[in-house]
Amino acid sequence: MDELIDAKIVLEDGTVFKGYSFGANGYGVGEVVFNTSMSGYQEILTDPSYKGQIVTMTYPHIGNCGVNFEDNESIKPFVNGLVVKECSRIKSNWRSKKGLSEYLKENNIIGIEGIDTRALTRHIRLQGEMRAVISTEDLDDKQLIIKAKNSLSLIGRDLVREVTLEKFFYFNEKGAYNIVVIDCGVKTNILRKLKALNCRVSVVPANTDYQKILKLNPDGILISNGPGDPSAVTYVVATAQKILGKLPIFGICFGHQILAQALGGKTYKLKFGHHGGNHPVKDLRNGKVYITSQNHGFCVDIESLNKTDIELTHINLNDNTLEGIRHKKMPIFSVQFHPESKPGPNDAEYLFEEFIEMIKSNKRRQTIKDEE
Amino acid sequence: MPKRNDIKKILIIGSGPIIIGQGCEFDYSGTQACKSLKDDGYIVVLVNSNPATIMTDPDLADATYIEPITADVVEKIIIKERPDAILPTLGGQTGLNTAMELSEKRILEKYNVLMIGADYLTIKKAENREEFKEAMLKIGIDLPESKLAHTIEEAKEAVKVIGLPAIIRPSFTLGGTGGGIARTEDEFERMAVVGLKNSMTTEILVEESIIGWKEYELEVMRDKNNNVVIVCSIENFDAMGVHTGDSITVAPAQTLTDLEYQNMRDASLAIIREIGVETGGSNIQFAVNPKDGRMVVIEMNPRVSRSSALASKATGFPIAKFAAKLAVGFTLDEISNDITKETPACFEPAIDYCVVKIPRFTFEKFPEAEDILGITMKSVGETMAIGRTFKEALQKGLRGLEVGHSGLDNKLDYREVSDKKIKYRLSQPNASRIFYIKYALLKGYSIDYIVELTGIDLWFIDNIKQIVELEQDIIKDFKLNQLNEKLLSKGLLLRAKQFGFSDYQIAELLNTKERLVRDYRKKLNIEAVFKCVDTCAAEFEAYTPYYYSTYETEDETKRSDNKKIVILGGGPNRIGQGIEFDYCCCHASFALKEIGYETIMVNSNPETVSTDYDTSDKLYFEPLTLEDVINIIDKEKPDGVIVQFGGQTPLKLARKLADLGVPIIGTSVESIDRAENRDEFSKLIKKLKIPQPENGSVYSIEEAVKVAAGIGYPVLVRPSYVLGGRAMKIVYDKKTLIEFMDEAKDVSGNHPVLIDKFLEDAIEVDVDAVSDGNLTVIGGIMENIEEAGVHSGDSASVLPPHKLGDDILDIIRKYTFLLAKELNVKGLINIQYAVKKGFVYVLEVNPRASRTVPFVSKVTGIPLAKIAAKIMVGKTLEELGFTKEIFINHVAVKESVLPFSRFSGVDILLGPEMKSTGEVMGIDSLFGNAFYKSQIAAGQSLPLNGTVFISVKDDDKRNIVFIAKKLYDLGFKIFTTKGTYKALISNNIPSLIIGKIADGDNHILDMIKTGKINLIINTPSGKKGHSDMKPMRNLSVMQGVPCVTTIQGAQATVNGIELVKKEDYSVTPIQHYLRNLLVVKNK
Repeated sequence: MDELIDAKIVLEDGTVFKGYSFGANGYGVGEVVFNTSMSGYQEILTDPSYKGQIVTMTYPHIGNCGVNFEDNESIKPFVNGLVVKECSRIKSNWRSKKGLSEYLKENNIIGIEGIDTRALTRHIRLQGEMRAVISTEDLDDKQLIIKAKNSLSLIGRDLVREVTLEKFFYFNEKGAYNIVVIDCGVKTNILRKLKALNCRVSVVPANTDYQKILKLNPDGILISNGPGDPSAVTYVVATAQKILGKLPIFGICFGHQILAQALGGKTYKLKFGHHGGNHPVKDLRNGKVYITSQNHGFCVDIESLNKTDIELTHINLNDNTLEGIRHKKMPIFSVQFHPESKPGPNDAEYLFEEFIEMIKSNKRRQTIKDEE
Repeated sequence: MPKRNDIKKILIIGSGPIIIGQGCEFDYSGTQACKSLKDDGYIVVLVNSNPATIMTDPDLADATYIEPITADVVEKIIIKERPDAILPTLGGQTGLNTAMELSEKRILEKYNVLMIGADYLTIKKAENREEFKEAMLKIGIDLPESKLAHTIEEAKEAVKVIGLPAIIRPSFTLGGTGGGIARTEDEFERMAVVGLKNSMTTEILVEESIIGWKEYELEVMRDKNNNVVIVCSIENFDAMGVHTGDSITVAPAQTLTDLEYQNMRDASLAIIREIGVETGGSNIQFAVNPKDGRMVVIEMNPRVSRSSALASKATGFPIAKFAAKLAVGFTLDEISNDITKETPACFEPAIDYCVVKIPRFTFEKFPEAEDILGITMKSVGETMAIGRTFKEALQKGLRGLEVGHSGLDNKLDYREVSDKKIKYRLSQPNASRIFYIKYALLKGYSIDYIVELTGIDLWFIDNIKQIVELEQDIIKDFKLNQLNEKLLSKGLLLRAKQFGFSDYQIAELLNTKERLVRDYRKKLNIEAVFKCVDTCAAEFEAYTPYYYSTYETEDETKRSDNKKIVILGGGPNRIGQGIEFDYCCCHASFALKEIGYETIMVNSNPETVSTDYDTSDKLYFEPLTLEDVINIIDKEKPDGVIVQFGGQTPLKLARKLADLGVPIIGTSVESIDRAENRDEFSKLIKKLKIPQPENGSVYSIEEAVKVAAGIGYPVLVRPSYVLGGRAMKIVYDKKTLIEFMDEAKDVSGNHPVLIDKFLEDAIEVDVDAVSDGNLTVIGGIMENIEEAGVHSGDSASVLPPHKLGDDILDIIRKYTFLLAKELNVKGLINIQYAVKKGFVYVLEVNPRASRTVPFVSKVTGIPLAKIAAKIMVGKTLEELGFTKEIFINHVAVKESVLPFSRFSGVDILLGPEMKSTGEVMGIDSLFGNAFYKSQIAAGQSLPLNGTVFISVKDDDKRNIVFIAKKLYDLGFKIFTTKGTYKALISNNIPSLIIGKIADGDNHILDMIKTGKINLIINTPSGKKGHSDMKPMRNLSVMQGVPCVTTIQGAQATVNGIELVKKEDYSVTPIQHYLRNLLVVKNK
């Protein structure tokens, strides 16, 4: 058998799980969350929204297909650590280029296997998401608990600045609709979906001034997904507020929370977030249910929204939390889940088309106005 | 939007007898559907010819027709019941085909019956190859290249384009009957002919071979609002080329990236929407080329299937129940998830364990057939195992199969297996291939080479390699530790347990006893923990206690303070131990729940009702081995454990469990041993002065020869402690005896081989009774229609007896009471007798549930298994109000269903070794009608006119005269062989002579092929007679011509034909028979 190197994950409440190391050596600190997707670990690792978090995969066999060149959702993995029952030592897929452990090592991300991930998940479900540390070096429980407790909490922390790109760039230079994406940690598939719908896609850093954005002469704005607490990212909320009513806006996940705040709503932290690919969401406009990909620890408070202006469009059938809104007068809508999937079901793809429809009708309105 | 109110009465079609390809999973689905529809306020009418099912229990439907499932019969039921709707998607292919025929014959239209779940056009689009292909091309889904053929000429044209190897798939069959892979032109032609014949629509598909590709299945559900969810993905361990039913399968899919999985998911959504299964479940099969990821769709079943049962058990998502609800108009978001209570059914289960299903084969029953697997299904059952990893689940599954493996163990010494053999066993899929993968690894074959030979994915092979490596580590560690008297280092032992190694398996590696490993393990605090199957990977709280064991840090079981009973189930289905025992286990659970006990079920068979999470208060989905069972008992500390309902599986554990202090309730283990142990049994019989055929028990061939000579030939030779007559044979001479003893000894193991005087031409009688230790009441006395020597599980039998006189029956009753009393039976007892020349001999006593318990219960309305379960916890028959035998005024015939069409080359003759996979029942007020119905139900549709071929052995020549005369008078044309001709003509019955095949005359074969023979009566004698007409009997099976091989069977056949010719039979629900019965009782 291969040599096993001891490792531990220690939670801030003192809970300890012993396992074995894979990926990089050292420490990894962050908020520990669980993800129930049975496929798509590569997409999860490279989703910038996981910045600051240690991800526990509830499915026991991870890494079976290795890692390939095409399925990354950003330039590199962003998770602060990966917890699994078992990491495959071989890779089996015609597209795979690297084993998972090797890939994590290259990116200096620490993994721990041999963990009773179900027990860990139940613990989080009952006690709530909390900070933790994975270690392959120092295995002293007391020291590790202190380390976990001293690590930064997600609440009130701006993680967007750590994942947003430094410079403006074109994802796609040509297209019928000019879309500006405010990058709070955007997943590449959002950009791919826009491109596929014949959009010219410009990506701007999250702190870009609204005037600069408007100078790009966009037909619509997309506020992307991203990590952490939306309340800590007031500058994007401010930007959104300035654009409200001027242009069609589509918010996804973190972008949805930003928009809700811009419209006067509040967000709060869930006891344990939604991370997985099987959440049923009902589109209240037609009664249809879509199985969605989700990844969020914060949520928009339904009570805080002004219902005269805002229509609730989507609801989570598992816990009845808010999943989508639409402004009754302005061309604005947003969803808490990931219509771009990756990983997860493609059921909600239609929302990108709705966005394009919104842009089209806004353009028509604009033209009529101009003619008048 | 709630349920439909425009329909009130719904007819559900069951799947009929258990056959290969259609097992008890449809009892599970049908039972769920009946319960669910009744709960929703519908009137449920059910037709199913299989009396051993839970779904045919009289309280599950409003009217239950245990009648043959044919369009004609269902029409009769429709006329009588006038249902508003018919639900065809829960009764397997039988249900679907019958509904299609009813629709095509415009019977549904005539009586205004709506097809719900899936309608005619939808089913046709999914099942008709050409329409399916067209539909797939329309929505841009790739398929293997293929061409349809309706004649052999068309088939030859098609293969020119497709090329060889090519796959032949007949349309409208089940389990792939008649399909195959053709590698040569000859093979192709032969298979095309059989395929065309097997297809209901004389149609085959000639298809591009994608053998060696990865195979997947997705379970899909859709509601009327077009919401679709995927319940589960399943990946086949074996590559394309092995029927899914015969493949080891794993859930969820292991070797797909999210991109590939979502492509498959998107395709499934598109397919179910295009085909138009509006309301219910379907399964869709895909193949993926491992080299470039090309994905093609293979087929779609627009109904609940074997895989749905597996997916339900693997995820906790009750597909059949929800399919029934969707069919009556509910939507997925209106149904709540029973397990989490708070979340809706409109979601996709997330699982946090690995599930492995392993098929169980019975090639040992058919020595002429090779255990090579292909696209025609051959397995008779399956076991499912749940573990945290594939390795753990695989090893649990292998020991759960109950074929003598304690995991991925070493039955052979790999050093003695030649490379040639290994390469052959790896490249030709077969029942024991997984072990040859291990041998290959031990011999140092590279993973890549094994992948190349087998087509099995690298990931699976590597996991097996990890097991092999750990095994090597254990052996190494053991050698190191021998010095310091430690058995094994703790870390390694824990890892071995996490890899699914059983204590027994470890003990074998360490040359020690299972018990020692267990004690050592417990000393180190390495204990099994139980985790919950909850549909959601622990994201929500689960309320349904459905558990599996593993070796992790947290245990989730909650022991209650209630009085509790553990019921041990029967494990995977096999010939001799099937649905009948599961029926008994379920009934035990229902009965004990009724009187306030908490019931705990342990079983490993995903097809069954017993492994439904709402059958018992708790379900442990575990292998039925000593280790796995004792782990549960240690945890639950039950007040009693029931071993007498699950067949031989739990019975074999009884002694060991009792030795460990487990409270076995009901008949004592000592009594069970007394009945099974031949010497003890002989003593007992002598003490009670009950006649028994002369006998002896032996351990060696020399002894056997001596004993047989003393008794006189013919003798019946059989091992002890087996079910279904495994390795049982009637032996006429010394030479055969010596040959056969080897096999019998092998099967018997440490137990003796039994030799009995064989009573030729005796009538065999089967009795089921129940006793509380003081009082014994007969449940039913059944007379076998075939003579003694044919295994009672294969023989047709009739209840009540139609030939035996009251004096004989009274002797049988007396002996039954004596035996039950002497054995102090508390629960069920089954006794087999033989009656010859007015003498009653006892053949066998089984103080446990028998195969006939459900049949007797259905016919008499007495729930024998429930009564027995209540007795086991201390109730008396008096208290339960069952103190007198019930006399019925109707007749029921149980007929067996045989799998010969699956095993080419196997002779269809019946003998003492049981070969049938299932049973049907014919019930009527007259014996002839009941028999006739039982034959139709078993798929042997008896002709009312036409041509009969008769060839009988000399002993039967006298008795055949009367039968032939009847047939002649009824207008049948008769063909005979020379000897039979003489017997008939001397009694003035004219017939035409056909030459014997042995003499080189193949005329009879041609006549059968061209459909000129409608009935065959052939009773062969001796070895020569057996082989003489074998080709004819085989052909009759392939061509579906009824072939009767015993004179008693022929008598009953003619009796039935005569009656039905006079007046067509009618159909009656069992509730009606039972109501009449109550009246009789009250008088």
